Amino acid sequence: METRELTCINCPMGCQLTVTLENGAVAKVAGQTCPRGEAYARTEVTAPVRTVTTTVPLTGGTAATVSVKTAAPVPKGKVFAVLDALKGVTAAAPVHIGDVVLPNAAGTGVDIVATCERQ
Amino acid sequence: MTERYDIVIIGGGPAGLAAAVAAREAGAGSILVLERDTVLGGILNQCIHNGFGLHHFGEELTGPEYAGRFAAQVRGPGIECRCGTMVLAFGAGRTVTAVNDRQGLFTVQAGAIVLAMGCRERPRGALNIPGFRPAGIYSAGTAQRLINIEGKLPGREAVILGSGDIGLIMARRLTWEGCRVHAVAELMPYSGGLKRNIVQCLDDYGIPLLLSHTVVRIEGRERVQSVTVAAVGPDRAPIPGTEKAYPCDTLLLSVGLLPENELSRAAGVDISPVTGGPTVNESLETSLPGVFACGNVLHVHDLVDYVSEEAAAAGRHAAAYVRQGGAGAAGPALPVRAQNGVRYTVPAVIRPAALADKAPLRFRVDNVYRDKCVTVAVDGAPVARLRRRILTPGEMETVPLQRQWFQNAGPQSRVTVSLEEV
Repeated sequence: METRELTCINCPMGCQLTVTLENGAVAKVAGQTCPRGEAYARTEVTAPVRTVTTTVPLTGGTAATVSVKTAAPVPKGKVFAVLDALKGVTAAAPVHIGDVVLPNAAGTGVDIVATCERQ
Repeated sequence: MTERYDIVIIGGGPAGLAAAVAAREAGAGSILVLERDTVLGGILNQCIHNGFGLHHFGEELTGPEYAGRFAAQVRGPGIECRCGTMVLAFGAGRTVTAVNDRQGLFTVQAGAIVLAMGCRERPRGALNIPGFRPAGIYSAGTAQRLINIEGKLPGREAVILGSGDIGLIMARRLTWEGCRVHAVAELMPYSGGLKRNIVQCLDDYGIPLLLSHTVVRIEGRERVQSVTVAAVGPDRAPIPGTEKAYPCDTLLLSVGLLPENELSRAAGVDISPVTGGPTVNESLETSLPGVFACGNVLHVHDLVDYVSEEAAAAGRHAAAYVRQGGAGAAGPALPVRAQNGVRYTVPAVIRPAALADKAPLRFRVDNVYRDKCVTVAVDGAPVARLRRRILTPGEMETVPLQRQWFQNAGPQSRVTVSLEEV
């Protein structure tokens, strides 16, 4: 049996959640004061995901950078692999919101897309 | 020759753009947006993280994407945007004087003005941190601009003072760029940032949040070499013997935002000493008739979605002002007093005759409170009691106002908003 401590992010209450795991499965969530807390704890413990937002250099334009993001959230454990995959990647002007800057970043199956307009 | 516009909007950030779109929808014929930067969108352009737009667009966007949607909406007839244009002054007669490199100095006559200048960061000079003035001390927003827009890293090892959302976001941003963030020190016993940011920007990367701590010394003559952090007592004074030095080359300050009201003050607009923004009535009109305010120049918001909502209301009211030829609302104007835990309210004056139903009254509290009733009273008699499980200074609160609450109010009546026991 293993326990994990989490802070719920759904509202300013910030309930301290204690998740009890048995053989990797969630057996019990304690500390929440509403159902959203339990749902958050189950996702966060079993399959946490994050959206990565960063920049890549722009070539052939007036601005220095292009802001980019993962088109969908990626597994939390892959965040630094995605950032590493972007090292050396550039984008050539013009760039439009939604343009794919790097396909299938770090084998996640998720593309990196531009989030700004650059001429 | 003086140009004429129905509405002149000072600032082309999220507030100015939402005001422009709403004013056009409300029938304003000619709208001019004056923006100091070379592009529209304001601070959103450097806020490349996601989390914007959940309320307004029903999806999670980054700052540039959110700004891009509004920039697309202002295109088209009826709205003219002049970037690279600095407003120097406006007057009670609603003339606006500005300068740019195409027209030089020029004056515009406005039917109504919407103030949407946003806010600035509180600088180091406002903090009285002892020590030298080496390179490596940045406001969090400056560091954000350097990394996200200029593509330059401000340092390698950082301490962050202040746990406002920009500081939290920058802790993660620096970590993602390969820097080490030693700690975030917060003077207060609670963070002013959103829980989501504390978890996803600090906890995810094991960055300690030191509550009731502050920076007491900065070492280094040419460049920051170390930053000393100490615990503070209930009086917020450093406790001797608790000092800890962090070797680092960078100190970021995320210690509050100040509405940028130099133009408003010079024009004679009444400014609230609590918010640093204009005092406005239920129509978001300042003490100068026909001059409206919205967004962070009015009071600092935590979510851009609420800025857009407020600014749209300001745009509609400005359009109505022009349409009605400047005629004010009939009936009493009731001052709103914030008390018992409520720091301020926007609006600060309610004219029941002009009140749109469910118009939001926004406010902040001065501490963390649990299980309280937000109470609206007219002449001491409660007209609404809204229960809240938690209220924190970092989260703006909203009460939808109802005109019927004020139906018995007379010219001398007063409105109070306070926290009461359940």
